[in-house]
Amino acid sequence: MFSIQTFLDAFGPLAMAARYTLLVSGLGIALGLVIGALICAAALSKSRALRRFAAIWVSFLRGVPLLVQLLLMFYLLPVVGINVPALAAAVITVGICASAYIAEIWRGAIGALPPGQTEAAAAIGIAPTTIWTRIVLPQAVVMSLPALVNELILLVKASSLVSVVGIMEVTRASQAQAATTFRPLEVYLAAACIYLAINLCLAGIGRWLEHRAAV
Amino acid sequence: MDQASAVDIRKVNKFYGPFQALKNIDLTIPPGKVTCLIGPSGSGKSTLLRCINFLEEYDSGEIRIDGQLIGYDAPGKKSSGRKLREMRRGIGMVFQQFNLWPHMTAQENVAEGLIRVRGLPKADASARAADALRKVGLGDKMANHPARLSGGQQQRVAIARAIAMEPRLMLFDEPTSALDPELVGEVLTVMKTLAGEGMTMVVVTHEMGFAAHVADQVAFMEAGELVAVDAPDRILHQPQDLRIQSFLRTYHERNAF
Repeated sequence: MFSIQTFLDAFGPLAMAARYTLLVSGLGIALGLVIGALICAAALSKSRALRRFAAIWVSFLRGVPLLVQLLLMFYLLPVVGINVPALAAAVITVGICASAYIAEIWRGAIGALPPGQTEAAAAIGIAPTTIWTRIVLPQAVVMSLPALVNELILLVKASSLVSVVGIMEVTRASQAQAATTFRPLEVYLAAACIYLAINLCLAGIGRWLEHRAAV
Repeated sequence: MDQASAVDIRKVNKFYGPFQALKNIDLTIPPGKVTCLIGPSGSGKSTLLRCINFLEEYDSGEIRIDGQLIGYDAPGKKSSGRKLREMRRGIGMVFQQFNLWPHMTAQENVAEGLIRVRGLPKADASARAADALRKVGLGDKMANHPARLSGGQQQRVAIARAIAMEPRLMLFDEPTSALDPELVGEVLTVMKTLAGEGMTMVVVTHEMGFAAHVADQVAFMEAGELVAVDAPDRILHQPQDLRIQSFLRTYHERNAF
């Protein structure tokens, strides 16, 4: 029999665990935006070496499952003498992984701008950095919003993978809960509701941002 | 230095790989006059125009604006970005595809260069942008974004953006080719007004009527060569060269119905 009470009771501990889900995906995307911008800049730079580096970065991180990346990072860092808490290692890995996708999102948005716009700016003597800050980036950011929201939602779900390095986020907390209550169905359904609630909120915020930016 | 010319083009060559887009071009653009570049598609007219403000880099020869070499400090030695930008400030350009910045209003499009390049305070720049827009007949559209303007209006904003910088030379790259026929007139009218004020203009165009009535000289190009430069009448009505005759015949056939 499905127990409504167990289902409702599961929300308390899972909501606590959701803090880690939000922390890992929130910091992960923040880190991913910064590194992604750098990788995108490298991919668009005049230097062959930088372009090559960006290409390798993107293909490695997109080509290896996040789960494997997490395990690699978790076991690799101590070997090279870096001891960081599991949470930090998880955030860094998620951020680095996201950077590959974000770099591609931005490269695509920038590439979608008609080259005539930068040409018109150059023709009246506007400096290259100003062309970037005033003409290219404002439009690229707006154009990339839907894809970035999509990436953030994927990250929230992918953050369930950091449970493998022992972080008590929603998925791991629900496993623990299921094991102690012997009520897996109720607990996992509660976990599903929590992920859904978070992602519906994010999608809503994304729509609001897009609407505002479109004016 | 020959100050009787606004632009002096001497022995200019331009290659795209093995393809030679410009072949030893010599052309003098007199100040305060309108020069139209005509010729079939792919003849190199736009390339030549774009070399004048160095949006397209020429490989050899010289282009001088009021005596000053553009793009190079010496043959083979490219000038700095800063120096090129200084020179471009004085050269307005209008493109076939308007190339307005869609995230800015008409007024912001015009004010941007004044703020970022001329360093004017925002209020000054906005006031001058408004003047320029009124001049092209768009005083009531200043707050519109480009998407809310017709093609003809967008092109007039683009002209306002260029003239607000107070250039000594204006380049027009097929300014009416992307417009619906009924919108061509409003853009040509603005260009005629500019010409009447004594602006030095170089216009790549397929509008033979404009070339006939407004140009002081017409240059005909084909296959990267400058075939002839002369008074409009002598190019358009009494062409000596067979290539010009054949081009005009095609033009007249296309426009006859």
